Amino acid sequence: MGLEAIRLGGVEKSFGAVHALAGVDLRVAAGECLGLVGHNGAGKSTLMHILAGTLSPDKGEILLGGRQHETNWSVNVARANGIRCVFQELSLCPNLTVAENVRIVHGNLQGFGWKKRSHDLACAKLDEIFPGHGINANDAISDLAIGKRQMAEIARAFTVTDIPLRLVILDEPTSSLDAVTAQQLLAFVRTQVAKGTSVILISHLLGDILGTCDRIVVMKDGKAIAERPAKGFDRQSLVAAMGTDLTEKKSTVAKSAEAKSAAPIAVRAKPKTADQSGELIAHQGEIIGLAGLSGHGQTRMLLQIYAKAEVEVTAPLAFIAGDRQSDGIFNLWSIAENVTVRSLRALKKHGLISSDAEDGLAAEWKKRMGIRTPDIHNNILTLSGGNQQKALFARALGSEAKIILMDDPMRGVDIGTKLEVYEMIAQEARAGRTFIWYTTEMEELQYCDRAYVFRNGAISATLSREDLTEEKILHASFAESSAA
Amino acid sequence: MSRSLLRSLLPIISLMVVLGATFYVQPRTMSYFGLNLMLQYAVPIALATIAQMFVITVNDLDLSIGPFVGLVGCISATLLYTNPLFGTLVLLLCIAAYAAVGALIHSRNLPSIVVTLGLSFVWVGIAVLILPSPGGKAPDWLKSIMGLQTPLVPLPIIAAIVIGLLVQLALMHSSLGVIARGAGGNPRAMERAGWSMLKTKSIMYALAGFFGLLSGLSLLGLTTSADAHVADRYTLYSIAGVILGGGEFIGGRVSPLGAVIGALTLALAGSFLIFLKISPDWQIGAQGAILILVLALKAPLTTRDVSQ
Amino acid sequence: MINLWNRLRREPWIWSFLAAIGVWLATVAYTGGQGAGEILTAALSFATFSIIVGLGQMMVITTGPGNVDLSIPASITLSGVVAMKVMDTDSARLLLGIGAALGVSFLVGVFNYGLIRLLRIPPIIATLSSSFLVLSTAISYGRGIRIKPPIPLDTFATTRLFGIPLAAMLVAVLSVILAIVIKRTVYGRAVLAIGQNPRAAWLAGINVNQTRFMTYVLSALLAGVCGILLSGFSGGAALNMGEDFLLASIAVVVIGGTSVAGGRASVPGIWGAALFMYLLVTMLNIFGASAGVRLIMTGTIIIAVIVLASGEARPK
Repeated sequence: MGLEAIRLGGVEKSFGAVHALAGVDLRVAAGECLGLVGHNGAGKSTLMHILAGTLSPDKGEILLGGRQHETNWSVNVARANGIRCVFQELSLCPNLTVAENVRIVHGNLQGFGWKKRSHDLACAKLDEIFPGHGINANDAISDLAIGKRQMAEIARAFTVTDIPLRLVILDEPTSSLDAVTAQQLLAFVRTQVAKGTSVILISHLLGDILGTCDRIVVMKDGKAIAERPAKGFDRQSLVAAMGTDLTEKKSTVAKSAEAKSAAPIAVRAKPKTADQSGELIAHQGEIIGLAGLSGHGQTRMLLQIYAKAEVEVTAPLAFIAGDRQSDGIFNLWSIAENVTVRSLRALKKHGLISSDAEDGLAAEWKKRMGIRTPDIHNNILTLSGGNQQKALFARALGSEAKIILMDDPMRGVDIGTKLEVYEMIAQEARAGRTFIWYTTEMEELQYCDRAYVFRNGAISATLSREDLTEEKILHASFAESSAA
Repeated sequence: MSRSLLRSLLPIISLMVVLGATFYVQPRTMSYFGLNLMLQYAVPIALATIAQMFVITVNDLDLSIGPFVGLVGCISATLLYTNPLFGTLVLLLCIAAYAAVGALIHSRNLPSIVVTLGLSFVWVGIAVLILPSPGGKAPDWLKSIMGLQTPLVPLPIIAAIVIGLLVQLALMHSSLGVIARGAGGNPRAMERAGWSMLKTKSIMYALAGFFGLLSGLSLLGLTTSADAHVADRYTLYSIAGVILGGGEFIGGRVSPLGAVIGALTLALAGSFLIFLKISPDWQIGAQGAILILVLALKAPLTTRDVSQ
Repeated sequence: MINLWNRLRREPWIWSFLAAIGVWLATVAYTGGQGAGEILTAALSFATFSIIVGLGQMMVITTGPGNVDLSIPASITLSGVVAMKVMDTDSARLLLGIGAALGVSFLVGVFNYGLIRLLRIPPIIATLSSSFLVLSTAISYGRGIRIKPPIPLDTFATTRLFGIPLAAMLVAVLSVILAIVIKRTVYGRAVLAIGQNPRAAWLAGINVNQTRFMTYVLSALLAGVCGILLSGFSGGAALNMGEDFLLASIAVVVIGGTSVAGGRASVPGIWGAALFMYLLVTMLNIFGASAGVRLIMTGTIIIAVIVLASGEARPK
């Protein structure tokens, strides 16, 4: 093995209009623990998927130990070269046992006695990484709690039969682990690294990163913007590196804060966490932001409110999806049908939906939202991503809903569309509608009267308009360490 | 008591309940002859249930197994009887067809319900072409195998248990069985781990075809003459048997032994209903009621994966 | 003309109608033009029954993958038996019989959905198990002398106006109503939305459970209508009267161009597919093909249609 485990050069990857990676160089030395940090949309996961072979880059090269792998990089090739990964979406088979899941990643665990070998391999590795783990390798995954599942998957990634481990990617590996097991894992990473395996660690727990990694790379907006030995960073400088250099932007949208908080309460909700702390309150006409790293409970909060599960809600609700494909768009329908689906009852005449009323509503909102299409009767997929998102906005705003829940709807939308929509939101709020807006983009929070920062499913900070700075948000998003 | 333990005990408990109830109502069945009579069709039903189980393992459903069993009987009672070599070839071709269907379903992402529905028409059509009305002759070797008199315990019970144990061993304890079940549990993860889901599905369908073949042969050995429609009911029996045995439609959770026990339970339930002097009109209904009852009991035990 | 053709070409149901016409032409060519009209009328007569249940099955299938109603044959039988028994050949009790049959069908639909929702049984098994119970109910209630339908019902079911059966006209009216329901009512839109994306439908404010419930009830009711008409047509209810309709109901939906993935329903397609299937049977009979050939052809066509309709290969 050369001094270099793996190197990525000039990697680019786009999903439609979204540039997930805009030319990234990354190198990992043998026997090194590399930390990868960054806020939402930095491109960390995309980069790791390309490394693991589950995504193919639009441009760029992958070099192993100095040798170039041309275009045939794939999951199989990556694995054959000793690259393993543990992503946030667990890839265990829930109906199989821990030992059987180990067998799956080792083609040579077959023939007579495979069960014992697999079982012993699983147990040995679990004992090595998580002493006192209490996991029975003959338990089915579906019978294990989420923390133990993560332990099983991590242990599996480190098992070796014939192919030596070159690189193990750990993407938020401690997200479901408790303090003790998390520390066990980090300690194990150090010992493994000393034996010559490389590890890439992605985590929002900056203390863990600083304590475990040899070198840290900071990513932002699809680029690697900073790289230093871990000793060269501390928590402050890491957070600073992730933020922008620009001075704080004050909101340009005029608002009268006092009048807002005097308005009646539209929503009152508590996130379902263990300690029941933290409360979300939205007054009529307010724009409330939900911030923090993605996947920390913001969407769950929105869904909880939408389902009216243990929340106080005083007006009809509407939901604007961020994941258009799975939560929003009806692929077979026209633009008009997609826009009017929430308002059908109001469009009835003599018991049937009036096509005139329907077209009228669709046309009105096409104009107000500025949806660019020659014909609202065209299929929804003829619209660009941004315009599809506008259609989803039109669906919610065109209905009688007074409280609008937004699940990071501007994700991957072009800047032009974004600005148009922001203006619309501000306008509607002035007219009395309440918005609860989960967003992964800092700039959008400037439109909010108040923001709740989520961390690990709970509200970690409540920031009023004056306190809404990027720095404060970052601090509240990133916990100190898993031992905290 | 863990959920999985309860899940695996349910089929045995159901069987014991039905068995006990039958003995209570008609004590004369508690004999070698009685059991043999009640369970005589257990073997073909169990084999068909295992066939269905293979397909359910990979998250599909086979609505054509019943007609396939009938077709095998028709082929065997005619071609196999008159021309063993050619007959064997045709039967093997049928298994290959099953594998091809599995490959088609996977590669084009087709709904297995509709495809196997169409397939069932094809099987019946071919069977009716070969044997427009019941007839044909079962090969002698088949009749003698199925007519074996085993000491103490009737053949159907022994055979069913042996079949169940063998498949249990293969599917639940072999390294390849893990791959098959993994294909039902998380096919995408399996693909990413380097296992071809196309190959896996085709093999599972081929196994279904093979066991359907065995089912048809054993049924013919019992009835001695073939009928294209004799096993139409086996489709529903096989699905019910798998579910009664603790299997689930999605997720790769199946139990071969449970499936066999489920099949036995269903076969027994039929006789039980006769002894209960339930009017023949209600026998079908009672089977439906039993199915619903067992599923209702299973409802709280159904695996609900804790997906946050 | 070209424009019209281009527009028609994109409709999912056009192929079943073309196939039906093609088969009819082939038959007529074979017979040298003899009995062309009678063939069509006969096909229409028989196809009517498949169309009624096909419409119900179409709605169920449209609510999304995994949804299918296997209790249709049993519902047909029960409805026919109840109708005949209640009417008891008395024309004065005609409406009472119809009401009773539809009432019973309604209960079947409710029962089906109860199994699916409360016991969380997959629709296939739920409707299957319930079909056993429903069929047994029909068998036990209907045992005895075969009761003839009252004259008005018999007449209605068998009369033809200019070669078109009255029953077919009724079903045509039902079809138009259903088409309007699908396109122009909140319920219809809800079905289409749920079939495309149940989660998005929920997030768009649609009551998914209520819509599914209404759909299973609708399917059962349509099966009930079929049972009543079929009894009138065949001179009474028979205990096996529903047998052929299980596979037929699914086949006409698939061949008619309704997407099995849900979210898109095609009422004209049901007509085209039903006509095609009966004309095909007629053609094969006239050609002298045996029952086996007919079955093989039906099965192959179903598979071919689903393969072609599914278009894309497995996404990676």
